[in-house]
Amino acid sequence: MLTESNFKSERASCREIVDAGAYYIGVVKAGETFRIVDIEGNQAADTLFFNASNTSERYSAMDTIREQGNVYLTTDSELRSNKNNVMLKVVADTCGRHDTLGGACSTESNTVRYDLEKRCMHACRDSWMLAIAENPGYGISKRDISHNINFFMNVPITTEGGLTFEDGISAPGKYIELRAEIDVIVLISNCPQLNNPCNGYNPTPVEFLVWAAP
Amino acid sequence: MSKYIRSIDYSTELVTGSHWSLKVRRGTVMRLSDAFGGANIGMLFYNPENLLERYSAPDTLKCQHTFKLTRGNCLYSDMGRIFASIVEDSLGWHETVSGNSHASHIEEKWGERDYQQDLNDWKQNGHDAFLVELAKYGLNQTDLAANVNWFSKVMVSNEGAMQLEQNYSHAGSHVTLRFEMDTLVLLHTCPHPLDTAASYPQKKVKIELGQAHTLNDDDYCLNFRPENGRGFQNNALHHIGSGI
Repeated sequence: MLTESNFKSERASCREIVDAGAYYIGVVKAGETFRIVDIEGNQAADTLFFNASNTSERYSAMDTIREQGNVYLTTDSELRSNKNNVMLKVVADTCGRHDTLGGACSTESNTVRYDLEKRCMHACRDSWMLAIAENPGYGISKRDISHNINFFMNVPITTEGGLTFEDGISAPGKYIELRAEIDVIVLISNCPQLNNPCNGYNPTPVEFLVWAAP
Repeated sequence: MSKYIRSIDYSTELVTGSHWSLKVRRGTVMRLSDAFGGANIGMLFYNPENLLERYSAPDTLKCQHTFKLTRGNCLYSDMGRIFASIVEDSLGWHETVSGNSHASHIEEKWGERDYQQDLNDWKQNGHDAFLVELAKYGLNQTDLAANVNWFSKVMVSNEGAMQLEQNYSHAGSHVTLRFEMDTLVLLHTCPHPLDTAASYPQKKVKIELGQAHTLNDDDYCLNFRPENGRGFQNNALHHIGSGI
């Protein structure tokens, strides 16, 4: 469902550009709202969430889609943890549909999907590995890296049980906004994938903005 | 036995609400059968040499451009390797995105779990069943990934709405896995989390273990998708120097 936000960019408490192939990691407090903007369009932002006070509780795609009875994320979606608790809520969405089934790219899955000799191309999971290695204070390890959300990515499921990566339905300036229900660690890999249309074969920056609780 | 099964060397039956785990060697077949119809088996896979390597539902689905699992599909780890391939399937659709029932689901639908009162008929849930099996290997909820739900079909509408087809699996339905590397298997027979049956299901599954026939170049799973050929190449690299 398409919904716009009343938050003004100039009032944000934090604004950060995340280039393709780079990561963002930070804490969003309960009650704060954050936005991810697809600045140039057709860009996947591969995102994980952790309970900031207990990182073994994390975003769970299966609990989220099962409880809402729908595989796509949009306005009013409640993002749930592996303990089936609500962590965040989608409060605005100008794109309309976000994927949480396709997972992130990794150098290993690239070998299967494209070619064994593409094993050294940059991938989202490598960005996450660098993020947790450079930020040990969060206490996140490879064990915690799991099934994520692909904001702005279009992965339609057919009634016959097919699944494909399609051209994005996102466009320049589209955004999604989420309100944290608990303190969460946000870990974003701005996807560097060059082998499929998830970034329109041209990975571009996204913007991350945070607003204090109203 | 069959084109894929050289021998069946062990057989057991599990009623609804059970859980089990075991390490299986490369070249093992595991045949799962639904005795009465309407069963569900939740299953997870780990590399026993490196428990950080685990079943990846998203990689399994996107690598094979599928939402459902059936004959020909391979079950991928998050390291690009194949734990097992689905060599036989009488059903055509098994799902891997709905996760497990939690204690709260069971209580809401069928009443509280109560071993003191119910003994072996206690209403165990899939989430806790996996936590018990995980703990036996030093693992916990951190290591819990999206699992397979064998015998359960969840369809998705064009708008994304999910629906479990109630009683999709009939008595005698079966599916056979052939393990392509040594694998730690965790499983439970708790009800599917979207099951709307009037009472806690009383079902039974048969699990048979045996030896697989040697894989040939014209193998159905190997050739099912070009991606699977590359997945098997990753497995060959994993086994290089082992002499097998």
